[in-house]
Amino acid sequence: MNSETRDKAVVSRRDFLGTASLGMVVLSALSLFAGIFRMSKANVRYEEATKFKIGTAENFPVGTVKKLDDKGVFIFSTDDGLHAISSVCTHLGCIVAVSETGFQCPCHGSKYDENGKVIGGPAPRNLAWLEISRSVDGSLMVDTASAVPAGTRLKLIA
Amino acid sequence: MSDMSRSGMDRMKENLKALKQTVIGSFLRSGRPTSDRSRAAVMFNNFFLHVQGVKTHVNTLRPAYTLGLGLASFFLLMITTVSGVLLMIYYNPSIENAYNSVKDITYVVFAGKLARNMHKWAGEGMILFVLFHMARVFYTGSYKSGREFNWLIGIVLLIITFGINLTGYILPWDQLSYWAFVIVANIIASPKELTDSLGITQYFDIGGFSKELFLGGLTPGKEALTRIYLFHIMLFPILLFTVLGAHFWRIRKDGGLTKPENFLTTAVDGEMLTLPEKKGGIFSTNKTYGLMELAKGRTPAVDKDIENTVLSWPNLLLAEAAVFFLCLAAVVVYSFYADAPLKELANPLIPENPAKAPWYFLGLQELLSYSAFMGGVGVPGLALLGLALIPYLDREQEHVGIWFSSQQGKAVALRAMAVGAMVLIALLVFVINFGWFRTWWPNVPQLLITLINPGTIWVGFMIAWSFIVIRKTGSTRMGAIALFTLFLVSYVILTYVGTELRGPNWDFYWSKSQWPVH
Repeated sequence: MNSETRDKAVVSRRDFLGTASLGMVVLSALSLFAGIFRMSKANVRYEEATKFKIGTAENFPVGTVKKLDDKGVFIFSTDDGLHAISSVCTHLGCIVAVSETGFQCPCHGSKYDENGKVIGGPAPRNLAWLEISRSVDGSLMVDTASAVPAGTRLKLIA
Repeated sequence: MSDMSRSGMDRMKENLKALKQTVIGSFLRSGRPTSDRSRAAVMFNNFFLHVQGVKTHVNTLRPAYTLGLGLASFFLLMITTVSGVLLMIYYNPSIENAYNSVKDITYVVFAGKLARNMHKWAGEGMILFVLFHMARVFYTGSYKSGREFNWLIGIVLLIITFGINLTGYILPWDQLSYWAFVIVANIIASPKELTDSLGITQYFDIGGFSKELFLGGLTPGKEALTRIYLFHIMLFPILLFTVLGAHFWRIRKDGGLTKPENFLTTAVDGEMLTLPEKKGGIFSTNKTYGLMELAKGRTPAVDKDIENTVLSWPNLLLAEAAVFFLCLAAVVVYSFYADAPLKELANPLIPENPAKAPWYFLGLQELLSYSAFMGGVGVPGLALLGLALIPYLDREQEHVGIWFSSQQGKAVALRAMAVGAMVLIALLVFVINFGWFRTWWPNVPQLLITLINPGTIWVGFMIAWSFIVIRKTGSTRMGAIALFTLFLVSYVILTYVGTELRGPNWDFYWSKSQWPVH
């Protein structure tokens, strides 16, 4: 581009086409990478559903704690109702166990109180409280993908 | 007609008799390597050999200079490649069969246990030798004088070596594999710790996104194993061999390995090497690299005389063969006595206690026990960045090719080692005895722990100490020596603490015999 054309701010046809095709190459490359990433993000997952039934309220007498091992959930039954606390440590995903003071993780020693609040170790977050809902057939359902604020309990009305 | 056919048969007979000679001749192109000229031609004409020079500098062949560490890493890679292909005959990458197929390889398949052990130990040996090789290159100043970018390529190779070892560790799908996998998947998700603290996770969940991409789902299951297998046998090997090719090519283009400016041969060199037949001979003494000189301006070899070089055939090749057979022998003997571990089948319900990553990551796991994001992403990222920047921040060109550069360099390295070890051990003693912020103030914000924890304090100390050294000595090379020494010290100490001194619940124990029985 010579100084004359630059003064008039006119882009020559050759420069325009050159820049435009270069832009198209960059754009195609970017969309290729985006496509590869999108392809790697699975549309179908062969995993268990995050939502599952845990039976009726009779399974959980007041004052008991049940650990559903294969689901990674503790079900607490108190006078105030039922609540579910996830047993997956918020640090690096190990399974916590019940200890004297609440919960403890074997992997890096995170400690939680009985409400899942972090009281020691590297865990960055409290243990998740999970939603318990009623299914149409009367049984209770827990969704491990749906966290609720701590203290949310399902009132059991006889 | 009959006359002609008879002479044809005769000629054929003669050709048959001469078969051995003609095949060897055509393979070598210029006959047997019996003279300097043909020894040079062998190296020059062969596809595999010509990545090396026809002549090699005596310094390169001194065992005390290179210690054969880079070669050993390469030969260990060859051993893992061959043994890995053998394992693939029986290994089945599905969560139903993976564990059983590895068990069969170990206990049923003929020589399966040996192949698996060799694969495992040669692979882990690569980590050691790649680190040793990096230390050798660093302390001899061999990342300088045109070799800066090859140092970066080396860092990439280091990362791939760690990646290929880690993915291999997961394939047997036993308890060790599974829980190491869970931990790694959550390290990948650990930027969540930072985004949570800043309250932007719901808009920008880079941690969750990466984890899902890595696992092909939300939990380590069959898609995840398929991906790990893909990484281990396809993506990482292709990357590794491609980048390794560039690594070797650059050594050649940079004029071979580094050597001291004022190099003198000794009587011992003469005893060890086959010296050229006569001075001068077919090689002129001023090497100019005609075309390359035009293309690149200059190369490190231009204007340096070619004194002190000997023919690569047989000197270099014999040295390489020696390193290869040493590696092979060491791996076979070690594999004969030590078995690769195989625990129970993976059980997603019961974590190992303690759940430990493979040993080469236990230093990181110790840092992880302070903060997942800093230990798993922040500190290792900074360490790699620091290593990568060394050749660009230290551009002094003196003393290349001399171990520790000078007496001062040795002193700086020793002092960094002593002070670093003391400071790091003091820091660990403090943390193990008194805990950290959350032990004292349970409601401390997570962001504060992420930013200020023993890991970040240690990184701060490493940087501060290097600056002090640079100010005191007035030399960036000395600062680099201090920094690199501190890096090695922390890798060794943290790995030792994570491997030997951490027990159930990641509590401190002096020895495994004190672990509570359960």
